[in-house]
Amino acid sequence: MTAATVRPGWTRSASRLSTPELVRLAIQGIRTRRLRASLSALGIAIGIGAMVAVVGVSASSQANLLATIDKLGTNLLTVSPGQTFFGANEVLPSYARGAINHMNAVQGSSAVYQLSGVTVRRTPYVPAEQTGGIGVDATDPVLLGTLGVELASGRFLDGASARLPVVVLGAQAARTLQLERVGGHLQVYLGGTWFSVIGVMQSVVLDPELDSTAFVGLPIAERMFQTQPNASEIYVRAGVNQVTQVSNLLAATADPENPDGVQVSRPSDALEARAAAKGQFTTLLLGLGAVALLVGAIGIANIMVISVLERRGEIGLRRALGATRRHISSQFLAESALLAALGGLAGLLLGALATWGYALAQHQPLVVPVYALVAAPVAGLAIGAVAGLYPAAKAARLSPTEALRAT
Amino acid sequence: MSGAALRLQQVTKEYPGGVHALRRVSVEVTGGDHVAVVGPSGSGKTTMLTVLGTLERPTSGWVEVAGRDVAAADDAELAGLRAHHIGFVFQGFHLQDTLSALDNVAGGMLYTGAPASERRAAARAALERVGLGRRLEHRPPELSGGERQRVAIARAIAKRPPIILADEPTGNLDTAAGRDVIALLHELSCDGATLALITHDEEVADTFPRRIHLRDGEIVQDERA
Repeated sequence: MTAATVRPGWTRSASRLSTPELVRLAIQGIRTRRLRASLSALGIAIGIGAMVAVVGVSASSQANLLATIDKLGTNLLTVSPGQTFFGANEVLPSYARGAINHMNAVQGSSAVYQLSGVTVRRTPYVPAEQTGGIGVDATDPVLLGTLGVELASGRFLDGASARLPVVVLGAQAARTLQLERVGGHLQVYLGGTWFSVIGVMQSVVLDPELDSTAFVGLPIAERMFQTQPNASEIYVRAGVNQVTQVSNLLAATADPENPDGVQVSRPSDALEARAAAKGQFTTLLLGLGAVALLVGAIGIANIMVISVLERRGEIGLRRALGATRRHISSQFLAESALLAALGGLAGLLLGALATWGYALAQHQPLVVPVYALVAAPVAGLAIGAVAGLYPAAKAARLSPTEALRAT
Repeated sequence: MSGAALRLQQVTKEYPGGVHALRRVSVEVTGGDHVAVVGPSGSGKTTMLTVLGTLERPTSGWVEVAGRDVAAADDAELAGLRAHHIGFVFQGFHLQDTLSALDNVAGGMLYTGAPASERRAAARAALERVGLGRRLEHRPPELSGGERQRVAIARAIAKRPPIILADEPTGNLDTAAGRDVIALLHELSCDGATLALITHDEEVADTFPRRIHLRDGEIVQDERA
């Protein structure tokens, strides 16, 4: 056969289709049907987008919480009286705070003393029962520094003002009393007499209970309300690397006679648990995203089946040009996988955008987990490959003559 | 010219429903021959072409294409045979409207495994041979019917196959364009390729040195000029 002047390199009479050619075919297949391709990829994009947004938003708020914890420090410990075996409240000895303050690794401490039965109201005309949930505590001037909290306005108690009828309000207490800014001569009716408001605190993330508390100095509390110097809570700042040691010694130091009656906790643990819990909540939403993804996958399978029917002529031609069944099926499989992978990429973009919007609105750091950057397109690819299995097999099974006759 | 390029022996093709498209057909086409298969519609001539083109296997009988026993070959081997040894020309052109003439023709060599640059070079040469050297970047909708069929012919001959199979290539063309296409096919196949063409048009068939007449799946006449 003289006509067969075939070039070396493809003289062997096998049918071949290299992977780059296959990818090119898939791209060509998608490009020639742009509108349909983008609509069918939309399902995947929405599913992946929802999942990325859920992961991103939760990661962002988690990062925010952890940043707050970092700022407040994880070295704050609280000491409070526990309960007896029979459920009665224990009492911390009056020397507890002094003893703790003398511990080596303790950087500082502060105590609050609950004034039971004392209420704070705007005026005497407000019924005594309407406390608005605000408690009154006596405390010392170093409370602010120990907690690492700032004032929203005004000033805190000091050595002098602690002896005078002045009060500093927690953030929630100030809101309840509608005294969110200190200015002029504001007074509240506290324990049967007028107290001047000299400051409002910012909220205390590590111990939100303090937000709905009004603080007065211990000396005036002792004088006016006969407050006993038994702390209801002692806040302790430990050396950053010695938190565990300090924590282990606190109970015995606070009350050597009855260390079991002392409760020691680390508020940052609770916050970290909250951050972790936030992460777990996302599982449910991720499930919803997965449903969207499933619907998207069915959409792609559907479109590909239709595509195979419409492109019978092309399939027949390719078979006539020398494509094997495997070439045909891999072409449709590659097209479906690529389509879904593009959907996954678009979804990643959508999800990141949604996270960014949320983070911006909530003044949180933008965090999109690194694994999502890889997982989104890869998940798309895998879903597309699975969705394309049936249409691809259908295309490969088509008889070439039947396919050619179709057009 | 050596040996038989195409050989059918006692070939029967039966479709579901008891339709006998071919009945015990035996024919042999020598390499380099130009053969017209003539017959009315329903005579089984298209089936004969698809069997010769290895797109379909016969119900019974023996088929040999380019020296290969088709019955013994699997799907991949037959695909390889089509990729390298057979060029098809269809009545309906089967061009991709979104691709240029050049890409359509180059795509005809996709499954040969030739690199893209070589495919494009061969496609360019083939389009020049069919007289469309100035239409390389045109898309099929921008071409006339005759020009489209020339693109399809270029696709079939670009890989220089020893066998060219044409199924009613003039069926969608007017008389003048049809005549040109037939002349072109003869011209392009005169360098030793075997050309088998199916037609119901006696005028087209008359241009062939050998004409096989089919009726109801049987060869009724095998005339040689």
